[in-house]
Amino acid sequence: MTQLPVHFDETASQTGGPYVHIGLAPQQAGFEIFEHNFGNVLVSPATQGERIMIEGQVFDGSGTPLRDVLIEIWQANAAGRYAHPADTQDKPLDPAFRGWGRTGADFDTGLYRFETIKPGRVIGRQGRLQAPHISLWIVARGINLGLHTRLYFDDEAEANAEDPVLNGIEWEVRRRTLVAQRQQRDDGQAAYRFDIVIQSPDPARETVFFDL
Amino acid sequence: MTFDYAQRNTDLHPPAYTPGYKTSVLRSPRNALISIQQTLSETTSPVFRPEELGPRDNDLILNFAKEGLPIGERLIVHGQVRDEFGRPVRGALVEVWQANAGGRYRHKRDQYIAPIDPNFGGCGRMLTDADGRYVFRTIKPGPYPWRNRINDWRPSHIHFSISGEGWAQRLITQMYFEGDPLIARCPILKTVPTESQVRGLIALQDVPNFVALDSRCYRFDITLRGRRQTWFENV
Repeated sequence: MTQLPVHFDETASQTGGPYVHIGLAPQQAGFEIFEHNFGNVLVSPATQGERIMIEGQVFDGSGTPLRDVLIEIWQANAAGRYAHPADTQDKPLDPAFRGWGRTGADFDTGLYRFETIKPGRVIGRQGRLQAPHISLWIVARGINLGLHTRLYFDDEAEANAEDPVLNGIEWEVRRRTLVAQRQQRDDGQAAYRFDIVIQSPDPARETVFFDL
Repeated sequence: MTFDYAQRNTDLHPPAYTPGYKTSVLRSPRNALISIQQTLSETTSPVFRPEELGPRDNDLILNFAKEGLPIGERLIVHGQVRDEFGRPVRGALVEVWQANAGGRYRHKRDQYIAPIDPNFGGCGRMLTDADGRYVFRTIKPGPYPWRNRINDWRPSHIHFSISGEGWAQRLITQMYFEGDPLIARCPILKTVPTESQVRGLIALQDVPNFVALDSRCYRFDITLRGRRQTWFENV
């Protein structure tokens, strides 16, 4: 008889605390230590795809922006493929795009910002296409277990309407919390505004967070 | 072949709302998390290359040393990153940060009276090897007071961030030191729901791996979520 695998309990999560920047973004904590730093710019000149900016604020239950929050994003390339060996979709990889970035919010305004490209559509369960989306992971002082959410794009209404994850959210009013609003800047740059509400008495306002 | 990560047992983690840790009160969602079936978005995650890290990134004793060595008890911390089914997680990015020996962080927002150590940055990072193992060298962080109740103190601890093979595995936690009397009083540790989960966060002294006349050693193993093959996918 084959043996069943051993099992260990997952290590308990703990808050990232107020000084999460020291470990994950030391330049933001105020010092230079590593030669290579991870950051909020996911693109280089060679990257394929439409340049976009993602920006917003993260609000607590009083409506105050979190100024010590740290956000990571993970996304597919412009063709809709992840730079990871488990993604075997028949689509091109982009050697100039990893699809991952991180940043802390601005200590004064609470604004966060990423420079990236708009991702393509990725296959989902049962062969159904997902709408273009970006995964976000949010940690901060007071957050005991990192919060997972997704960003969708308001100019992809058709794709959003058939997205299995969005449609799996029972309350239509809550789906809207995951849709970023496109704003055209004067310099022609497309920016999407994506505010995240960690807590609100109004379920239609509180951002949907996922148990992956 | 496809795979999924096994459902997270949320009973192993602190709930979002833990009033003893006051900051969580306004930073906890009121609505239930929405459970989703994983897709490639959740089962993939960034791959990090060794050349992105510097040779001293995992040596906190030397990676910020200017005109001398940092003050404090010299330590080696090591362990294995494995998944819940015991499989080593290779190439995981392990990032650590901590206060200096006096309990002060090198962070522009830390105002504690204990001084900055000019030779200590307080952060390091490494990739796990083929057996999922990591090791770094540091000095023991000091305990420090924080504004929760007015006389709350954090036990000595090192923050860990682990980025594994899948987005669903992403984890941040803290490591504590065996025997620290502040552990039992810590409001942040008290958010952890079971005693065995608290024990899992406490590193044990690893005497055989002490470096004689030089450094003590602690061992801290980390378990991430595990993946299972999906045998039947209904197309």
